[in-house]
Parts: sequence; C-alpha cells; structure tokens
Amino acid sequence: MSSTVEVEPGAAPESVLVTADSCENFEHMNSSLEEIKNLIEIKQAAEESTIETVVSENLEETGNFSECDDDEDDYVQNSEWTSRKKQVFVLSMAGKPIYSRYGNEDKLAWLFGVMQTLVSFVQSTNDDCIKSIHAGDTTFVFLVKKPLILVTVSKTHESENQLISQLNYVFNQITSTLTLTRLNKIYEQRQNYDLRRQLTGAERLIDHLLDFTEKEPSFLLGAVQCLPLASSVRNTISSAITGACNKIKNLVFAILLANNKLITLVRMKKYCLHPADLHLIFNLVQASESLKNSENWTPLCLPRFDSSGFLYCHVSYLSEDCQACLLLLTVERDVFYVLSQAKQAIVEKLRRTNCLEAINNSLTTNEETCLTAGFTELRHYLYKCKSTAQFYQPSLAPPYTLEKERLLELYKRAHQHLHCSSRPLKLVFEKSSKEVVLAWDTKGFELYVVFEPLIDTTGAINLVGKLLNWIKNREDKLFHLNAPTF
Amino acid sequence: MKTVVGKVVVLGHLGVGKTSTITRYVENSFSHQVTPTIGASFFTCKITVQSIPIKMQIWDTAGQERFKALAPMFYRNANAAILVFDITNQQSFDSIKTWVDELKRNVEEAMVLCVVGNKIDLMHERKVSKEEGLKYSNSIGASYFECSAKDDQGVGVVFENIALGLLRMSVGKSNNTLKVYDDDINDIMAKSSELDATDVGNEEVVSISIKSIAHGDTVSSKCC
Ligand SMILES: Nc1nc2c(ncn2[C@@H]2O[C@H](COP(=O)(O)OP(=O)(O)OP(=O)(O)O)[C@@H](O)[C@H]2O)c(=O)[nH]1
Ligand SMILES: [Mg+2]
Repeated sequence: MSSTVEVEPGAAPESVLVTADSCENFEHMNSSLEEIKNLIEIKQAAEESTIETVVSENLEETGNFSECDDDEDDYVQNSEWTSRKKQVFVLSMAGKPIYSRYGNEDKLAWLFGVMQTLVSFVQSTNDDCIKSIHAGDTTFVFLVKKPLILVTVSKTHESENQLISQLNYVFNQITSTLTLTRLNKIYEQRQNYDLRRQLTGAERLIDHLLDFTEKEPSFLLGAVQCLPLASSVRNTISSAITGACNKIKNLVFAILLANNKLITLVRMKKYCLHPADLHLIFNLVQASESLKNSENWTPLCLPRFDSSGFLYCHVSYLSEDCQACLLLLTVERDVFYVLSQAKQAIVEKLRRTNCLEAINNSLTTNEETCLTAGFTELRHYLYKCKSTAQFYQPSLAPPYTLEKERLLELYKRAHQHLHCSSRPLKLVFEKSSKEVVLAWDTKGFELYVVFEPLIDTTGAINLVGKLLNWIKNREDKLFHLNAPTF
Repeated sequence: MKTVVGKVVVLGHLGVGKTSTITRYVENSFSHQVTPTIGASFFTCKITVQSIPIKMQIWDTAGQERFKALAPMFYRNANAAILVFDITNQQSFDSIKTWVDELKRNVEEAMVLCVVGNKIDLMHERKVSKEEGLKYSNSIGASYFECSAKDDQGVGVVFENIALGLLRMSVGKSNNTLKVYDDDINDIMAKSSELDATDVGNEEVVSISIKSIAHGDTVSSKCC
C-alpha cells in the first residue's frame, strides 16, 4: 500500500504527550514529583506532618460506614443485575469489597469472597497468577495489582487485553484519588481496612470512567483528539498561557480542553503527560458539572506521571461565554491565588486576540463527515498518529449515527487483530454484508477505516492513500503539532 | 472608603447542600444535578452593611472523606466559618461537632461561627430539631439558621449575618487576619489576591508595596 505522504500526518518533532501502547501495564514508577520538589527547597515539612496525622486518625475510625439494607434481595436472582454486559469489581487482597459497578457491594460479599479465594488459591498452589477464565460467551479477567484485586466479568466481545486495559484505568482512577503511596500505607497499617470510606464520591468517577472506556475510541487507541483550530490560533492560545505563567515557579502542566478534546497543553520542560493521565483528567472534568460554576482547587495524582504524590490543580472554565476548561497543575499547595490571577490574565489575552471566539466557533461547527469531505465510499475512520498519541475521527454519519456502539465494536475487533499478543497483524481487510473494515498498523500510524460494503481491495487502497493526503493537508488544524513549554 | 475583606470557609458533611446554598446566594440558582465538590471551590461576593462594603472570599470545601486532610488549608486564616448540616440527617449534624472541635483545636484567632441547618423544605423528614440545633449553636457561641437552598428560604440572612459579624470584628480589631482597607475597592480587588498568596503561604512576610496599602491591622504571618 502506498501513498504520497512521506511523513505520517500529525507527526511532530516533539510531542506534548508521552507515547506508549494503551494496553501497556505500568510497573515502573517515576519520581517526577520528587525531582521537581527537590529543585525548590521543601519548606512545608511541618504541614506535611499535620496531614499524616489526619490520615492515621481516619484509619482508626472505620466502623459504621457500610450501611447494609436488611432486605437482602439476592442479585443472582435479579435479572437486571445478571443481564449486565460488563461487571467490574474491586477488592482488597484480604477480600474486602471496594467497588462494584452495579449493585451494593455488601450484598455481594460472598462473591468478593469467591474472587479472593480464586486469586489466592492459584497463587498459593502454583505460585502463579490467575489471568482469565472463559466460560461460554463470558470472560472473567483478573488483574492483581497490589494492594488491590480487580475483576471484570464481561459478555462484550472485547479482548482480554482491552479488558485488562480498562481494569488498569480503574486502578489508575483509584490511585489518582488517593495516590499509590497512601493506598499501600493504608493496607500496611490495616489489612482489613474498608477502603470505601476513602473512596466515597470517587465511585461515580469510576462509573463514569467505565462508561467512557466503552464509548470513546480514545481509550482504545491510547490517544487524545484535539479540537480543530487554525495553527495560528492554537499557537496564540499556547503563548497566552506561557505568557501568563512564565514567572510562576513549579507549574508543571497547563491544559486547556473543551468537549472532550484537547485545545492545548503547555508543560514544564523535561516533563511529558501520558495520554492515560490525560484521560483521567478528561474523565474528571466530564463527570463534574460542579466545576463549571467556580474556580476550584484540588489535589490530583497523575499515576503515570508520579503515582506517589499529589499535584495541586486549579480548575476553571474560561468564561461563561466560552466553555473550555483550563487546568493549571503545580507541585505547590498554596498558590491558588497566584494561579487564579494567571487564569484571569489568560482569559483577557484570549478575549483580546479573539481566541475565545475561535474556540466557540470550532465547538459549534460539526466536524466534516466522510461524505462532506468528498469520500463517498468511506463511512468513518480513526487515524492515530503514534508519535504524538493524537487521533482524528470525522463526524458520525449514517448508518452509525444510530449504531455508535456497533461501530465502536467494529473498531475494537479490528484493534484486537492488530494488537493480539500471540499473532498481531499489520493489515486487516474484513468484508461483511454490512460494511468493509480495513485496519492498518504502520510504524508511524494506526488507521481504521469503515467502507461501503461493495468496495474492493484496490478501491479501498486507493482511497486510503487519498485519505492520508487529506489528513496531511489539514494536520496543522487537526493536531497539536507544537510542544510548548513554560 | 473603608472596605472589609474576609475569608469565609464552608464546612460540613458530604451532600448537605454547601455548594447549593452558596450558589443560591451568589448566583440565585439551584440544580438537583449538582455534582459533589472536588477539592474546594472558590466564590466571592460583596455585601454592603451600614454602607460599608464587605467582600467575602468563600471557600466551599468538599464533604468527601478523602478531601478531609485538605481542610486546614481553607480554615487556616479564615475569619468566618459556616457549618452546614442537613436537618434530615443526624450524622451530618454530628459531623458539625467534629468540625467545630477541629476548628477549636487548630484556629486561635476569633472566628465568626454560623451553624446552618439546610433542606427545611424536607420538613417531614426532619431528624434534627430546631431546639437541638439552637442549643448546640449557643453552646459554641455560633449563630443558628435554618434554610432551604432549594426553595430559596433563609439563605440570604446567613450571609448577611456573616457580613455583619465580619464588620463587627473589623471594628473591634480583635482579629489580625481580617483585612481592612481604606483604599478604593477596585484597587483592593486587584491587590487582595496578591495579598492572599502570601497569606496562605503563611511563612512569608508581606511585601512592602502591599503593606503600604493595608490599613490598620496588617496581614498576619502567623500560622494557626
Ligand atoms: N431538598 C433539598 N435538596 C437540596 C437542598 N440543598 C441541596 N440539595 C440537594 O442535595 C444534594 C447535595 O447538594 P450539594 O450542594 O452538592 O451538597 P454539598 O454539601 O456541596 O456536597 P459536597 O460538595 O459533596 O460536600 C444535591 O442533590 C442538591 O440538589 C435543599 O435545600 N433541599
Ligand atoms: Mg459541594
């Protein structure tokens, strides 16, 4: 297959995002926070210690938290519960329930017990780790990530790797709310701790994240989509941010996003953001309406960046007339007002330079569909540039406007063919009566295309070449090609 | 003209309606779909009492357990605390007491305290009586109010009461974290944020330029 494109669309000399496979497990922690903090003298020793004491106090008073209804209706008899396509459970190594996607964990205590027994039985008899069980159309996947066990029971057709990746996201979400250090410490102190106490309110983030992983191709691809903007506009926005934040010490990332798409990301030299962390940020913003009404200040752990500690995050929407969300992340806990002023400065600059308007225009303009872009035999596609971890997709068009889920299932299947660990394929061409799916994995990009059912291979290959050219011609607008730093 | 700028912290169990009460007051809106606060949210509002503008910097904290350790950052150097509970939830009333104890232990400066029982539109589900609320509030020297953010009942007086308390405090000069300015308000708005940056940082000394506009009590560099 050939195209006239020499460098893949969306590639850039430097990337704002760390690039890695979406299914990749993260074992290696880096200590970015320590590094940054060591650059400044740590003058907060006293404060840190007060926090520690609060934490241990919390651990003492576990009691009266789980309120179990007495009218114990059995979920196993409950057809609504059993018909769920994907269940997700989180438990401690000791078998204590932590999270269940559907239903009350306390009523499922027996089930958590079974899962814990399975994991520890395999571990003790074979010194091995249980990974999955396949029974009919149901797949059970286990992910043991100390100090937690994560389990999914799925009737979806997702692959084991895809399911593991989702469980990893759930683990990351928990780490993001507590930090891994804290999580480990909690269980070191008390093996039997009921973690739900610490996670109250975070379950809704996990719920939302799971829905998100099922609906958004970004999770499948391990990439983010950018809001289309003329590169000059995006650059002006980035420099408005650097201009206002230049003098602020220890600001690590500034992220501007809208409608689940990235507008820009400015970072401290040397540090990059992993798409998985950015996904958690998108999830947090998307799931929290309350962020819209005010300026907010919250600790946030980005597990891929540094799972041992919190960054502090100033979160606010640009203005009432421009619903883009700005996040300023720093290692300092006391700089809210400084960042609040920086935000004001950024908004004023963006207003003066008409960037707010440009963002709004892009938000209200629908992406082109394949048809409006002139590709009549093409229905939809996902294009991911590997080196920048960014992807692009056109607007949905019939028949998929009504079958969004089925379309994503097609992509998941194709993705599975390219990434199956035993026999990964480079090129997939699959014909059915409903459509033709082509998936292509190259060094620089991944491409998934859905065609009209009657297209033949030559036609498809021709179109792919044209499509790559089309994207290449618009890469300035569709991708974030600069990697601005403070 | 004299202006008072005070920091107000809002504390209470999750879901009692802290955010709803504030947004009812500040934006006069209410939503059933409001999501739990993440970390803390910052609001400002201005009330004029006896023709003196009182500017309140309100910190709406999150009730979720995992954010509890963050609270000292917001109540430290606060001039007033609004303690909200839900009259249909006894546990939320008990948690007010825990907060008051924590404030007593950690904050030395005088504070305007105000206990608020929210959700009185759910009167039929009331678990905490007015008497109980009043009695406790009296015992800690706090004012007591009941309101409904949903039906917009009694929300305004809570904030007016706080403003009045701040004004009294500024006259009494009994507090050295409260900021009182003789300057033009707009000027102060611009500069007050700068002030707070050092204020929260709590170890630093206020810079000269800022000191020169601060009138009366200077910004405290004291940590509670
Ligand atoms: N009936 C009734 N419901 C209310 C009232 N005030 C708030 N609520 C509801 O109570 C729920 C929680 O309100 P929030 O304002 O988010 O409570 P919060 O104290 O800020 O909660 P956290 O931020 O999690 O600590 C929401 O569903 C509100 O709609 C009220 O006066 N009456
Ligand atoms: Mg709230």
